[in-house]
Amino acid sequence: MADLVQMNMIQALNNALDIYMRREATAIIMGEDVGGFGGVFRVTEGLQQKYGAERVFDTPLAEAGIVGTAIGMALGGLQPIVEIQFADFVFPAFDQIVNEAAKYRYRCGGQYGLKMVIRMPYGGGIRGGHYHSQSPEAYFAHTPGLRVVIPSGPYEAKGLLLAALDCPDPVVFLEPKKVYRSVKTHVPKDYYTIPLEKAALVREGRDATLVAYGAMMEVAREAVLLAEGEGYDVEVIDLLSIWPYDLKAVLSSVEKTGRLLVIQEAPQTCGVAAELLAEVQRRAFTRLRAPLRRIAGFDTPFPYALEDHYLPSKERVLDVLRKTIEF
Amino acid sequence: MGQASCLEALMTPKLRSILNADGSCAEELRDLVPDSDLLAILRIILLNRVMDRRLMTLQRQGRLGFYMTSTGEEAVTVGAAYALREDDPIFLSYREVGSLLWRKVPLNAIMNQLIGNAQDLNKGRQMPFHYCFREHHIPSVSSPVGTQLPHACGFGYAARILKTSQVALAFCGEGAASEGDFHTALNFSGVLNAQTIFLIRNNGYAISTPESVQTKACSLASRAEGYGIAGVRIDGTDLLMVVRAVRDAAERARGGGGPALIEALTYRMGAHSSADDPTRYRPEEEMRQWEKLDALARVRLHAKWRGIWTDTEEESAWADAEKAVSQMISECERLPPPPVESLFDDVYERMPAVLRTQKEEYLRFLRDRKR
Repeated sequence: MADLVQMNMIQALNNALDIYMRREATAIIMGEDVGGFGGVFRVTEGLQQKYGAERVFDTPLAEAGIVGTAIGMALGGLQPIVEIQFADFVFPAFDQIVNEAAKYRYRCGGQYGLKMVIRMPYGGGIRGGHYHSQSPEAYFAHTPGLRVVIPSGPYEAKGLLLAALDCPDPVVFLEPKKVYRSVKTHVPKDYYTIPLEKAALVREGRDATLVAYGAMMEVAREAVLLAEGEGYDVEVIDLLSIWPYDLKAVLSSVEKTGRLLVIQEAPQTCGVAAELLAEVQRRAFTRLRAPLRRIAGFDTPFPYALEDHYLPSKERVLDVLRKTIEF
Repeated sequence: MGQASCLEALMTPKLRSILNADGSCAEELRDLVPDSDLLAILRIILLNRVMDRRLMTLQRQGRLGFYMTSTGEEAVTVGAAYALREDDPIFLSYREVGSLLWRKVPLNAIMNQLIGNAQDLNKGRQMPFHYCFREHHIPSVSSPVGTQLPHACGFGYAARILKTSQVALAFCGEGAASEGDFHTALNFSGVLNAQTIFLIRNNGYAISTPESVQTKACSLASRAEGYGIAGVRIDGTDLLMVVRAVRDAAERARGGGGPALIEALTYRMGAHSSADDPTRYRPEEEMRQWEKLDALARVRLHAKWRGIWTDTEEESAWADAEKAVSQMISECERLPPPPVESLFDDVYERMPAVLRTQKEEYLRFLRDRKR
């Protein structure tokens, strides 16, 4: 049995980076304030001191330049681990991620591949307003060639980050900043991975399947406890890999329960939930016992003062759960 | 010095050149390109011209989807590749087939890419000119302008950290110097002390837009100062000057002296692409003026000044080029398109289950339709 240590998500991510940097001499960490300061959320704390300023370094304040030069570093034999300070600031780098990193392997017939991870904190719940709260996963999931991964807790964060770092494709790694310091769990001290493209069955149940990811996993867990009090037995899946995703896990659950709800904090329209619902209604049509439902952020910019109303709450989830099971 | 001339001196850094109008040069600079290399370069320029003429015709006949000539700019495209080490990566913008020819990328490999057939190393995934020849240290070209500049910067950093002593060179046009990627690449390269050369082919036009619309500044090379890196503005129709500038920059970068920006003034003698008509936006007279500075004319004159090139030799070199291009066309046109199954490959290193399902369903659809 591996040694377990209590860690929050920041510590788990830092630990994963430390293990990887020690193992792979070509790995480098770059981004705004990630050097001596350790990043605005301290995910890279202590790593520059340990691995030197050539391997862990601050960059000029320009996201397109950070990702663009990282692509060149990957072509040149380094393995860049990029931090974008907030997911809300990634858009200047959108062209480099979507048109360059994502398509590189495909467009040259596999002559080059880009092994790189682009980390960024995302999501609401910290009173961040429009520009420190957004969930841009759908933009990236809509881009063939990228992998999009979102951990829900410290254990998932470490295992998935190590898997992403081992992955030969570019990975957009979104970290739910609301969870960064809010929970501590037991995390193995040593190297381990959680496979990409695999969802986790978190709780078994008969009456409905509830899929969530990132910070919404906490909402899902709370809603399911409330539902249990009302006599409903809900199965919960943590999606983990947003794209490519584990359709098989979701399908086999829905085939059993006949009901599906997906939670996302991103705006409702054209989100990850829509994609899951579309595939499930086609492939499990004859097993369905109720309309497929999504509980999402509203189609408004992310608000400041009213964010608690914007974000899916356990009460909203419970309401939809009730209606779906009693349909 | 009056105010106007002072300003002029500030805003128009001296244009550096080596070749004189009569084809001569200072005796001690001949060795920049020894005789045998000069002849090889001359033959490549001829080949480049024949490809441009023949493939443009092919495009007009509907046998090639798209074409872009590089006629007039070969002193930069061939000269820069010549001045580099063979393993120095060249990040192309797109109009630099001359670099590929100097690197000895096989003609058929170039043509297979232009057609996008089954033998294309890119597997028919990209439009013509979006080359990638890893074996020859040519990374992949994309259409968005200037995106390759930060890549060259990053590569130049990797070369420094991994001590490969490679220097990355990135081409771009003067239009690309308006893009944000140009700014970030130059800025990052200075901060990272990257082993990188940025080479602007300033050919006067971005499709139809003249340089005067891109910038109010009289020089793009002067921007180097703002990034704390070396900058030089050269006559880009002067082969020897191009070789000297790129070689100097490469040696400095290899020695840890940092990146450089070279602005090479040249002229796009042809259209932007096969979809363009330059008579609609630039005067005949301007084109005629630049014909005197045509890279081929100048290299030829220089070779004759050295006494190593005759009209007879040129005639036979043209004939060789015609023959090589004919053979290239007939061999590559015969090849089939890539197999439909390959559409789904290389998106990821390993095909995800979701994509495998799409592939299987589509192939089943194709099979059922045939029945």
